[in-house]
Amino acid sequence: MDTFLKIVIVDENPIRAAILEDGLREAGYVQVVRFEEMTNLLARIYAVDPDVVLIDLENPSRDVLEQMFQVSRVVKRPIAMFVDQSDADSIRAAVDAGVSAYIVDGLKKERVKPILDMCISRFNAFARLQDELERTKSALEERKTIDRAKGVLMRAKNLSEEEAYALLRSAAMNEKKKIAEIAQAVITAAELLK
Amino acid sequence: MNADPLRIGFIPLCDAAALIVAADHGFAAAEGLSIELVREVSWSNVRDKLNIGLFDAAHLLAPVAIASSLGLGHVQVPLIVPFNLGVNGNAITVSPALHAALAGAAEGELTDPAVSARALAQVVARRREAGQAPLTFGMTFPFSTHNYQLRFWMAAGGVDPDEDVRLVVLPPPYMVESLKNGHVDAFCVGAPWNSVAVDLGIGHILHFVSEILTRAVEKVLALRAPWAEAHPDKLAALVRALDRAAAFIEAPANHDTVAALLAAPHRLDVPAEVVRRTLVGRLKVTPDGAVRASDGYLLVGRAGAPRPDPVQAAWLYAQMVRWGQAPMRPHLLAAAQAVFRPDLYEALTGRIPETPVGAPADGIGAFAGGPFDPADVAGHLAQWSIARKAPGS
Repeated sequence: MDTFLKIVIVDENPIRAAILEDGLREAGYVQVVRFEEMTNLLARIYAVDPDVVLIDLENPSRDVLEQMFQVSRVVKRPIAMFVDQSDADSIRAAVDAGVSAYIVDGLKKERVKPILDMCISRFNAFARLQDELERTKSALEERKTIDRAKGVLMRAKNLSEEEAYALLRSAAMNEKKKIAEIAQAVITAAELLK
Repeated sequence: MNADPLRIGFIPLCDAAALIVAADHGFAAAEGLSIELVREVSWSNVRDKLNIGLFDAAHLLAPVAIASSLGLGHVQVPLIVPFNLGVNGNAITVSPALHAALAGAAEGELTDPAVSARALAQVVARRREAGQAPLTFGMTFPFSTHNYQLRFWMAAGGVDPDEDVRLVVLPPPYMVESLKNGHVDAFCVGAPWNSVAVDLGIGHILHFVSEILTRAVEKVLALRAPWAEAHPDKLAALVRALDRAAAFIEAPANHDTVAALLAAPHRLDVPAEVVRRTLVGRLKVTPDGAVRASDGYLLVGRAGAPRPDPVQAAWLYAQMVRWGQAPMRPHLLAAAQAVFRPDLYEALTGRIPETPVGAPADGIGAFAGGPFDPADVAGHLAQWSIARKAPGS
C-alpha cells in the first residue's frame, strides 16, 4: 500500500514543512517525519530508513543527501534521485517550486508522482502566501508613510486631511510617481528643514 | 549581441573571483555581455539548474562537470569546460586536539604530507585500540576535489578513508560550526572557510592542497554542450571577459579592489581582509598567528591556470575509479578528458600559455606515487593497495 511509504521532509522552515506534512497526511500517507534541525542529518535519515526524502532547495544540506548515492558501508540500501532522463518536466516544475525529491532505488515512478505533485503544489501555495504577506506588509508601511506625510502637510500648510491627500496625489500624478514615494520625499524634506 | 543577460550560478567562494570581477568590474560589459550572477546554496542546485537550463553557465566543481557528462550518480548531461576558474585553493584544517595528536605522532615535519599522513595512521590506530570513535572528516561533495584530495593524502599514509575514518559531506558554510561543536575533527574546504576557522581559534590549517598535489584544477566554468554550440558569440565573449578578469585579479595592485568586490554582501559576504589573504597566498595557519605562504595556494589567472588541461580530467576520473564511483572503461576516460576544452580556450582568447616555470612534469605533481600518465590510468591505479571497486566493474 502506497500510504505506508515512509516519507522524510527536510526543511528548516517549520511552517512550510507543516503545510506539506498536512497535505501528505490528508492524502493518506501516515508515515511522515519532519527534520528541521540539520545536525547529523544523514545518520538521522538512515535511522528512519525512508522510501522518499523531500528537501527544499534553499537548504545547503541538499549536498549532504547526495552522499546517500555513494557506495559506503553505512548505506543500507541505495537511494536514487527521482528524476531520470524522461522526467525533465517533473524536475523543472520541482525546481521552479523550490523542492527536490530523492527516492529509494527501485520504487516505481508512478508511486512517487502524487507525492512530488503534492509537494510542488504546497510549495507553490506557500510561496504565494509569503508573497501576499510581503505585499500586505509593504501596503501597511506605505499607508503609514502617507499618513505621516499628510500630517506634515496639514501642519505646514494648514490643510484638511482630504486636501493634504489630494495634494500628494496630484504631485504623484504630475511626477509620474507613486503616492508613497512622494509621501516619503515630503517626510525627508520635513526632516531636513527641521 | 543579444541583450538577454546570461544567468550564471555560483557558490560564494574565493574561486568564483573571475566571474564576480567579470560581472561587477566591467569586463563582461566591455565584451557586450550582460551577466546576472545567481548565488546558490548547494552544488546540487548549481548542477540541476545548469542541467535543466535555468542557468546558461555555472561555477562548478571540476569533478561534477565530469560526472554530469558521464552520467555518474545523476542524470547524464553533456557539459563542456572552456575555462578553469581556479586551480588549487583548498586546505585541510584540523581541530586543535587532532593537531596536537598529529604533532605528537609525527616523525619529521608535519608540513610534509607524507609525515602527516603517517602520523594520522598512528592516531587512527591508537584511537581504535582505545575504543574511541573513528575520526570524522568533512568535505563538500561526493564528486569533489576535496573528497579526492583528502582520500589521496590519507591513503598514502595507510589510512583507508572508508574503513578507518568517516568522510561526511558538509556544506562549506557549516564546516566551521561543525569543527567547533566537534561533529567533525577536520575538514577540507576552499577559501575563505579555513581562514575563518583559524581566526576563531578553533582550527589549524594542516595543509594547503598544493602540498598534496602541486596542481589540481578546482572550479571550472561549465556550460551545456548544445547551448555552447548554439551560442558561439556569447561563449566567446564570456571566455574572453573571464580571461581578462582573471589576469586583473592576479595583479597585486588590484588585490584591494578585487577583495572589496568579492567581499560584498550579495557575493561572498565575508571580510575583505580574509579574501585578500587568499589572493596573496599568505595564510594565518594557527590561532596564535603563524603564517604560511605559498605561491601556488590559489591560481586564478596566473601560471596558465585558466586553460583547461585534459590531464587533470584524466586524474579526476582515475580518482572516481579508485574510490568506486566509476568503472574503469577506456571510453569513459576519453569522454572525461573531452569535457575539458583547451582548444576552445586557445581559439577564443588567442592565447596559448607557456608551461609555467616550476610546473610539475606530469601536470599533477602528487606527493606520493609515480608520475601520472593519462595513457596509463590502470597503471596509476595498480600502485595503490587501498582502493574500492565500482559495482559492476
